[in-house]
Amino acid sequence: MLSQRSIESIVGLFLVFAILLLMVLAFKVSGLTSFFKTEGYTVTAIFDEIGQLRVRSAVKMGGVTIGEVTAINLDPKSYKAIVQMRIRSAMSDIPSDSSASILTAGLLGDNYIAITPMYSTIFLKEGSQIDETHSAMILEKLIGQLLFKIGNSGKSTDTAKGAKQ
Amino acid sequence: MEALTTLGRTGINILRQYGKSGILLYRAIFRVPNIRKGFPLVVQEVYDEGVSSLLIILVSSLFIGMVVALQGHHTLAKFGASQQLGPLVALSVLRELGPVVTALLFAGRAGSALTAEIGLMKATEQISSMEMMAVDPLQRVIAPRLWGGIISMPLLTIIFNATAIYGAYLVGVKWLGMDAGAFWSNMQASVSFHSDVVNGLIKSLVFGFVVTWICVHQGYDAEPTAAGISSATTRAVVYSSLAILGLDFVLTTMMIGGW
Repeated sequence: MLSQRSIESIVGLFLVFAILLLMVLAFKVSGLTSFFKTEGYTVTAIFDEIGQLRVRSAVKMGGVTIGEVTAINLDPKSYKAIVQMRIRSAMSDIPSDSSASILTAGLLGDNYIAITPMYSTIFLKEGSQIDETHSAMILEKLIGQLLFKIGNSGKSTDTAKGAKQ
Repeated sequence: MEALTTLGRTGINILRQYGKSGILLYRAIFRVPNIRKGFPLVVQEVYDEGVSSLLIILVSSLFIGMVVALQGHHTLAKFGASQQLGPLVALSVLRELGPVVTALLFAGRAGSALTAEIGLMKATEQISSMEMMAVDPLQRVIAPRLWGGIISMPLLTIIFNATAIYGAYLVGVKWLGMDAGAFWSNMQASVSFHSDVVNGLIKSLVFGFVVTWICVHQGYDAEPTAAGISSATTRAVVYSSLAILGLDFVLTTMMIGGW
């Protein structure tokens, strides 16, 4: 039979061990980094169509992750999506006329926001808005347009033939 | 007519069991606890239920992680998606295997011991003698065991999860030669702390509560004979296992439904 004191210390050790492993689960397994509020600034962009973009999707520049999406809302008047993203303060020199586009990683991967830098000497700061945006490509819409084009091109040659005759 | 009477009697008996266990829970937990006296007892129970279950949890979680990684790799390789082994293992362990297997092992290892211990206390009239000395057995015996189970289960689940993922890392990276960077980064990309890790821990908290409640009640309600204690222990393990699996389904539905 162990003494009360040694039981208490073993239980304490057990607790510390479990909490350490919870930290491992949080940081190593689930990649929790937003727990400590990272230094950064928030900018917004308005898109017609965001596809599968979600909160915590990556914001990239030249393929390198520089921030993440923090909120997505729908503007009730214009019916467009307002996307808020938080960019690390290390990247504070992004020209204000840069464009934001929603791209897909791979053919069926996750959506992310790619920021293409332009040449303005005024930089983005807290609360500024990216004006130039490109919506997400929706595969179904593309296929629909393609089919429509093919159908139309067939018809137009037909009508051209008809006009000739 | 006889059948109808039997049915009614069974129904009333089942209801009485539920009522008794509810009263037991109410009188054990929903009382102002005496922290100075109760704390060492709870620590003792966390030691008996949690720390003593550590070895079985560590060994079984390591093997479960390794086996899931091996099976997952075997199947994913057919689709050329063996890079996704990390997310597969992490999500299945964090969401399902961790809480459920820990609870099942806990029911077998600590829960049965609880029932047998309390049943024997009752059979040897220790509980009645406590009442004679004006010590409330629910406060002295039942409440610390309940709290011990509720505290131990999430901690054991955390340990299970971490060891299982480490086991998968051993098989996937060290043995099958996957890229360690891809293993961890794919895992981090698809595991979310709130909806996977925390929800798994909520499950384990519920399981810890239900398992210790069932086991304590079976022990307290056992017939004070050798045969009564043995059948109570069996019932405790069977009921806890069924409750774990059933509740797991309910909880998963609630969590996936965005509750």
